[in-house]
Amino acid sequence: MSQPADTQTSSPEQQAKPKAKYWVYLLPLGLFAVLMVFFFFGLGLNPRLIPSPLIGQPTPVFSLPKLSNPDEMIQHTDFQGEVSLLNIWATWCTSCRQEHPVLMKIAQSKEVPIHGLYYKDVPALGVDWLQNYGDPYHDNAVDEDGKVGIEWGAYGTPETFLIDQNGIIRYKHVGPISWHDWETTLLPMITSLRNNNGV
Amino acid sequence: MASRIGCLCLLLFFITASPAEIAGFPFESETQEQRFRDLSSELRCLVCQNQSLADSNAGLAQDLRSELYEQVLTGNSNNQIISFMTERYGDFILYKPRFATKTLLLWLAPVLLFIVGIFCLIRFSKFKNQGQQTQVSEEELLKIRELLQAEEEKQ
Repeated sequence: MSQPADTQTSSPEQQAKPKAKYWVYLLPLGLFAVLMVFFFFGLGLNPRLIPSPLIGQPTPVFSLPKLSNPDEMIQHTDFQGEVSLLNIWATWCTSCRQEHPVLMKIAQSKEVPIHGLYYKDVPALGVDWLQNYGDPYHDNAVDEDGKVGIEWGAYGTPETFLIDQNGIIRYKHVGPISWHDWETTLLPMITSLRNNNGV
Repeated sequence: MASRIGCLCLLLFFITASPAEIAGFPFESETQEQRFRDLSSELRCLVCQNQSLADSNAGLAQDLRSELYEQVLTGNSNNQIISFMTERYGDFILYKPRFATKTLLLWLAPVLLFIVGIFCLIRFSKFKNQGQQTQVSEEELLKIRELLQAEEEKQ
């Protein structure tokens, strides 16, 4: 019977201690909550979408032959003067095939000229593709060895850049553009760039 | 027996699936080759993101390797090459993040956590609590003695 008596006498002191350090027991929960916030935002990010350091920069300097006529050259200076899109594509790129009808629709809307960078592919195949499926491009620059692609920081076709009338890159879209992307992101940006004269 | 042969085949498969070779690039000197090796394992392939340029077989990794090769041969410094890559692909291409305000937490977190850990260890360790609990009053000591005596008598 002496043992219960012992615990009774010491219990008031023991009860007093946890009250004083009450916050300590909430600490793990707090840390857990902080981790959850980090995970919630961190795991929601798409690791495929790598932010481009080219945004706000002038278009990379390049000069490449035209797909329709290899004797003619396309240069970075061709982007100056009007808001335009640059679409990096290839015939080996399945997502480009998926994106193609949307590009056709954009071209038909006549809102913006689409320049193409025909990336690491055989020119003849590209000519065939455009004949078979339709040609949404204003013109196409042929980048057979992918060197100019590196200049643009290309890592996964299709990629689309929005370039303002001063030749400054304003936006980059990685992956196929959907009609929704066009209506909610690209078109509003194009309109605002036109209205504000690229500023 | 059949399963052993199966295991052996699996092992052979893994042996052949060694990292992509960085050979095929003739260098003028060993320092150049070493620099190429170091840089290509420091830079990340953007297509298969958990592989370095040295390990990856992706088309882009091959292109970036030959770009790297040319720049090493022309005698560009490591800093020049790294900034060439980051100007086009961003800091993402670096396997070892830069020490900048954006990455401050990343770099300092281990040190901070270590300090917090040490603090918690000292503040909440059992040793300290034991030290407090050993302060027993005279009355309690008497009781303990009585109890111990009672135990001894029982035996």
